[in-house]
Amino acid sequence: MSVVLQHNENGGAHEEHHEHKQTFIEKYIFSYDHKMISKQYLITGLIMGIIGIMMSVLFRIQLAWPGESFWIFDALLGKFSKDGVMDPSMYLALVTIHGTIMVFFVLTAGLSGTFSNLLIPLQIGARDMASGFLNMVSYWLFFISCTIMLSSLFVEAGPASAGWTIYPPLSALPQAIGGSGMGMTLWLISMAFFIASQIIAGLNYIVTVLNLRTKGMSMTRLPLTVWALFVTAIIGLVSFPVLLSAALLLIMDRSFGTSFFLSDIYIQGEVLAHQGGSPVLFEHLFWFLGHPEVYIVILPAMGLVSEIMATNARKPIFGYRAMIASILAIAFLSTIVWGHHMFVSGMNPFLGSVFTFTTLLIAIPSAVKAFNWITTLWKGNLQMNPAMLFSIGFVSTFITGGLTGIILGDSTLDINVHDTYFVVAHFHLVMGISAIYGLLAGVYHWFPKMFGRMMNKNLGYVHFWITAIAAYGVFFPMHFVGLAGLPRRYYTNTAFPYFDDLADVNVLITVFAIIAAAVQVVFLWNFFYSIFYGKKATQNPWNSTTLEWTTPVEHIHGNWPGELPVVYRWPYDYSKMDKDEKDYVIAGQDFVPQNVPIRDNEEETMH
Amino acid sequence: MTTLLIIIVIALLGITFWQLSKIVKLSKPSDSNDTEIADNKDNKNQAQLMLAFTVFLYGLMFYSFWEYGKLLLPDSASEHGHTFDQLMLISMGLLIFVQMITQFLLHWFAYKYHGKKGRKALFYADNDKLEFIWTIIPVIALAGLIIYGLFSWNDIMNLEETDETLVVEIYAYQFDWRARYAGNDKTLGKANVRFIEGVNQLGLDESDPYTEDDVIVNELHLPKGRPVIFKFRSQDVLHSAYFPHFRAQMNVVPGMITQFGFTPTLTTEEMRQTDYMVDKVQTINEIREENSIELEAQGDMALEEYEFDYFLLCNKICGASHYNMQMKIVVEEEEDFDAWMSEQQTFQELTAKK
Repeated sequence: MSVVLQHNENGGAHEEHHEHKQTFIEKYIFSYDHKMISKQYLITGLIMGIIGIMMSVLFRIQLAWPGESFWIFDALLGKFSKDGVMDPSMYLALVTIHGTIMVFFVLTAGLSGTFSNLLIPLQIGARDMASGFLNMVSYWLFFISCTIMLSSLFVEAGPASAGWTIYPPLSALPQAIGGSGMGMTLWLISMAFFIASQIIAGLNYIVTVLNLRTKGMSMTRLPLTVWALFVTAIIGLVSFPVLLSAALLLIMDRSFGTSFFLSDIYIQGEVLAHQGGSPVLFEHLFWFLGHPEVYIVILPAMGLVSEIMATNARKPIFGYRAMIASILAIAFLSTIVWGHHMFVSGMNPFLGSVFTFTTLLIAIPSAVKAFNWITTLWKGNLQMNPAMLFSIGFVSTFITGGLTGIILGDSTLDINVHDTYFVVAHFHLVMGISAIYGLLAGVYHWFPKMFGRMMNKNLGYVHFWITAIAAYGVFFPMHFVGLAGLPRRYYTNTAFPYFDDLADVNVLITVFAIIAAAVQVVFLWNFFYSIFYGKKATQNPWNSTTLEWTTPVEHIHGNWPGELPVVYRWPYDYSKMDKDEKDYVIAGQDFVPQNVPIRDNEEETMH
Repeated sequence: MTTLLIIIVIALLGITFWQLSKIVKLSKPSDSNDTEIADNKDNKNQAQLMLAFTVFLYGLMFYSFWEYGKLLLPDSASEHGHTFDQLMLISMGLLIFVQMITQFLLHWFAYKYHGKKGRKALFYADNDKLEFIWTIIPVIALAGLIIYGLFSWNDIMNLEETDETLVVEIYAYQFDWRARYAGNDKTLGKANVRFIEGVNQLGLDESDPYTEDDVIVNELHLPKGRPVIFKFRSQDVLHSAYFPHFRAQMNVVPGMITQFGFTPTLTTEEMRQTDYMVDKVQTINEIREENSIELEAQGDMALEEYEFDYFLLCNKICGASHYNMQMKIVVEEEEDFDAWMSEQQTFQELTAKK
């Protein structure tokens, strides 16, 4: 039984408490409440993450000890493992589904789905999303899409195996690879549901941020989390429909005999009727989403990290306006750089020049962000909570991974490192590991808000340090494998002797990968154990200024029991001193929540 | 039975973790707070771990450069490749410099300013001058790289055909490569997959007289010092022709002809003689000998001794045997090339045989 607040547009002037018994289904399954939906997103995302990471461990084992027999392959891969040796087509399937799951299901839905739902209403002072119903629909479409994607693992000819970029003709022709039959069909259907879910969710986020901000919450008083999530939703709305169109055209090529992407093909002893299409068109359509997608993944992580870093450094985020400007610049540029995935695709080299230019431009706002984070730490009073450690880890991997982007974004240099392990190392550090760190930092930080309990900090420390070491252990040496000229998506590099000297590095990488995967069990244990038995949280455990910490620990529908809070200041008044520079604005307390009016003893900042 | 075993294992694992968490709880000193929020002691411990991690990170970076630096590709064997190597060196130098400084600052600040009782953080929200500086520095550095990169890109991609140029078609299919030379008329005959039949595996148009003297081979020979333009054609799915030693790559797209060109500067023999390649081949042969001992113990054949050859790899996922789609490349002196070419069968001779 819970107290339900009548939703009211003018901030709850006529509240009316009444008892309403929610059934189990209303509360936990088809919930309209953004806090519950956020938990649903998180847990679904974590489950998909476990599957995705397990897959990577499997193919890493194959790469380190190619052609050797492992009982785990027999146990998990069934007929795709003969005597415990992984089948080459299964290797490609694992790589494909690992990529798909991690990019879309974990880092898009799991990350921005969880935190957009949790934080947008709570941090802008709204009672819920603009449309609770659409919010529920978006989660359930996501759920359906997960189910379809996972079911594709069990079809006879294997799941989609043309890489997560599903370039036709490989993805269009079941004759070319088994996974392009039923497996690919299910992949496309699953993605169609996924895109619908993202578009609905994105519209909801945008409308909520624009319309439901509480009194005083101007756009320049929004926490950076909300800015990042808001802009992410806009990019998603611009680019996801294009992926849907690519998927639809591909479905037509596959099933209805059209030739959007196919031309002049002779396969399995016969000439196909397709004539006049171009795979390069598909590449353009795919990367028109595909590149903004990496920013859809990383921007929310940036937002979370900015917020967590300021809170734990007990300092305002350095250059708040520059941070917003760089989010906007990155978002804008992200939509005009897609061609850097296609320098050697056969498109006109002149286009390559243009995309080199725009791509290297994007390094500028990224550099500004990195410098601003580092400066935020300078002369702080850093509270080393697990969330803070993951945030620092984020900045570290973002810089390491981001720098190599300057090489890949340069069309000349891309010629020789394109599609090698150098690319794999680059994007895993800059958007894979970094975004996962952002997600984990967010979970540690907002766990008290989500579940009313605290996660165990010691397990958090163990989790962070082992993950941090293992993640670098996997991906730093991998750059060298790429620079040695080894192409990615190779079932084994021992088919010819030239790369034999890479065997040791591959073993090292795999060992670190297994350690990294294994230590996530510590996190999962901590997460699920703390939901039920964690230490009870206080209302504002991290002494934070933002509005979500003014709500009661126990979740109520409508978030605030009384009137909505009114906002008087920006979200980063940490360690602000009074006019005499003697004490903090509120004596003895190093933070001023957003809902505290400007005091006589402080200077007003521009926010 | 197996199911039961799995259930028992899962149950035992569960119990293990339950017990582990108890140990973690018990192992906490009694004076620590149990709010699960970092206290003074945590801040200090974690800051020290941060320092240790910094040592690990720099150690890993130096070790990788030292130990894995030798795995990198040898100096380029093509003319434009030297520009590529130069630009790569400059970019890498810049990146490593920035990496070393920023990682140091990040981790050092994280250590130095760790929370302490009584420490006050500095309220430092903005500084236009600083932000201007670190906007303008990347702008200048990147402008330099962009200009250098674009000039090189234009040079590499603008292919001019002269009398001297050798035009070669590279033909890709699941899972192998073929090369087609234009022959004496220096013109590649027309081709389309619709003409594929019998020995005419590349679908040459027999009605086009230019096809007659075309030469189709499965080993690519290139004369040293002569510019080559490759025309790429695929029979089925996307492939990518990757010549790592020549700093060259182009996707092979069904339905269109893509192109790339380079001038080889080192013959296969010269490359084999470089210190780099001698060392590399020696290392590989040592590994192969070790593996051979194992193989012989199992009653299998020992591995042959490895000798370096240039190769062309497929670098776009193209199906189950993608990992083994390659073609040998031989770069040789002009006269050796001519001698080899004269031994090859023309398309006319090939089709006449049937």
